[in-house]
Amino acid sequence: MYPVLLLTILGVLLALAIGLVVRYFDAPEDAQGDAVRSLMPGANCGGCGFAGCNDYASALLRGEAKPGACHAMSAENLEKLCRLLGVAQEAVGEPLVAVVCCSGDDNHAVHRAFYNGVNDCLNAVLVAGGAKGCSYGCLGLGSCARVCPFGAIEIRPDHIAKIHPNLCRGCGKCVSICPRKVIKLVPRSVPVMVYCSSPNKFAMKKQFCSAACIGCRKCQKASGEDKIFINGFLASVNTEDPPDASIVEVCPAKCLRTICPPTAEAAESVQK
Amino acid sequence: MFSFGKFYGGVHPDDGKIASGSAIEDAPLVERYVIPLRQHIGAPASPVVAKGDKVLRGQLLAQAGGFVSAPVHSPTSGKIVDITTCLGPMGNQLPAVVLESDGEDQAAEPMPPMDWHNASPADLKKRVGDAGLVGMGGASFPTIVKLSPPADKPIDTLIMNGVECEPCLTADHRLMLEHPDRVLTGAEIVAKILGVKRIVIGIERNKPDAIALLNKLIKAGDYKGIEIHDLPMRYPQGAEKQLIFAITGRQVPSGGLPMDVGCVVQNVGSAATIAEAVGAGKPFYERITTVVGTPLVRSGNWRTRVGMSYKDAITLAGGVKEDPAKVISGGPMMGFSVYSLDIPIMKNTSGILLLSASELSQYSSGACIRCGRCNDGCPMSLTPGLMSVQIENEHYDMAEKWHVMDCIECGCCAYSCPAHRPLVQHMRRAKSVIAASRRAAENKK
Repeated sequence: MYPVLLLTILGVLLALAIGLVVRYFDAPEDAQGDAVRSLMPGANCGGCGFAGCNDYASALLRGEAKPGACHAMSAENLEKLCRLLGVAQEAVGEPLVAVVCCSGDDNHAVHRAFYNGVNDCLNAVLVAGGAKGCSYGCLGLGSCARVCPFGAIEIRPDHIAKIHPNLCRGCGKCVSICPRKVIKLVPRSVPVMVYCSSPNKFAMKKQFCSAACIGCRKCQKASGEDKIFINGFLASVNTEDPPDASIVEVCPAKCLRTICPPTAEAAESVQK
Repeated sequence: MFSFGKFYGGVHPDDGKIASGSAIEDAPLVERYVIPLRQHIGAPASPVVAKGDKVLRGQLLAQAGGFVSAPVHSPTSGKIVDITTCLGPMGNQLPAVVLESDGEDQAAEPMPPMDWHNASPADLKKRVGDAGLVGMGGASFPTIVKLSPPADKPIDTLIMNGVECEPCLTADHRLMLEHPDRVLTGAEIVAKILGVKRIVIGIERNKPDAIALLNKLIKAGDYKGIEIHDLPMRYPQGAEKQLIFAITGRQVPSGGLPMDVGCVVQNVGSAATIAEAVGAGKPFYERITTVVGTPLVRSGNWRTRVGMSYKDAITLAGGVKEDPAKVISGGPMMGFSVYSLDIPIMKNTSGILLLSASELSQYSSGACIRCGRCNDGCPMSLTPGLMSVQIENEHYDMAEKWHVMDCIECGCCAYSCPAHRPLVQHMRRAKSVIAASRRAAENKK
């Protein structure tokens, strides 16, 4: 008899307590906030400049941030977000992709020293500037791969970083960590890039790398002056008005290459 | 309380000073000198000569590019063939002047010699700056900056660093043996500039001949009031903060400078150069460099002109009898391994060390086993092992809280690590990252 009575009283008391908590500590419903948060990619990469997705969402709701700041968001979600917040989508830039502008893998680039230190580019540059001869070359020790929140960067066995465009969301974390500054963010519509970053004279480049841009201007002649710029001994693609993908045929050094592998499969996975 | 002469931590590497018996020899002239314009910490010197100019020995090539900077002088007479960049010992590109020697070694008109007893401290200080003096111990901080402490930091002790705790190097040892008068006079000049009464010369006990010689000269009465402290052999006894503690018992506060505890530390090599600059008006264009190593035919100490390449310096030592596996600029503990012999000797190149393959071992580093030997070895009482794990995981804020910025990069931790962890490299990474973020925060303001 007593146990039944005890449990009944306890039940009534706890129900009261729950009722009180609900009555006085209830959080107001935040439908818009939840909707905005659900659109975030959830990678917490920090590429937007805020401390993770939740912080960015809060800033958006307070009106302190703009929708375009998150590069990792899919186009579809971005559109929804713009609609939710009542912002015109034209104000938001084009999606970006990161490119490692270096062709100097072990088959092409010369190592001037044997490096036996910590396996990280940031450490390697502290020891006489790193082992790779060209001081504008990718060290291939993977600082960028470790910070990539999307696993889009592969360090090839021949010591060069390769960014898979179908996985890259263009957050720019790799760009800011790379000590050699060889990673560039470009709009996805750009089909080709010059995979060399060295502005040095040809004779100096040739000492260290057989795949460097030799500044021959063939690509510029084939595509027109405003599509490819030549700065000293280095060609660079005009990302606002890029040349066609077919331009890669003319490059004798094979350092002008397409960014996205032009297969249907890759194109499909980008859309996803 | 504490015993003088003993700082916390430190290690005992084999001192390897095989060149300590070789007298200083003058290096013969070579054909080509590449004189870097940034041989000091601070702004690079700006050239005052042009391509094609004829210059004489001791002539000004470049003037100081700011307060924290130092002028550069010509090491010999000849023609300027290029103003370009050259490779420095840290692997960086330095602006440089290339000089082709004419073999005559004609001297330019020297600066007027000064009688330091009667000269004013301000004039003496100006001369030190004009002569292009930089700290010769390795960090190459412009001496004039060290000799200009702010008024709110009274200096009462001048410490001359003759410790030379770095293994294999013997340049300072030979200098004290062969030119003790210059070292002592230089010390007195610096003391006059600073207005300091107490001068202490710290020397490690592995140089008993130098200690005896300096003591004899001081007893003879020419140099009154200079004290000699013989210090126990322990690396890094010659590090500024450790030396101050060993001699005065004062501890430089975290993030502070020697002037915060009323001390100024100068290398004996700098003192000798100051004595020459004041007494003979000779600018700083040559220094004593130890070229040492088992692969060399003849290790020794040379009076080398600034701008001579490492290749020429090795030729001086009779070349090599076996191929060196590693060439280090400086000593084995703190020196930098170099990958080219075209690097020029600079004002702070105290030695060039060659190591044979049998003296080196290649190993891969393992995980920290928490043995704590690095903590025992660290002369700054830091915890390098723990911090290296934090740094590997990029917790720089934690490493900063654990005083990684106080690391002097002496290498004691890495030397004592049984897991062969590259601890100093981790510390340097954290220091560079933290310094960069501090600079960024300052720029934001």
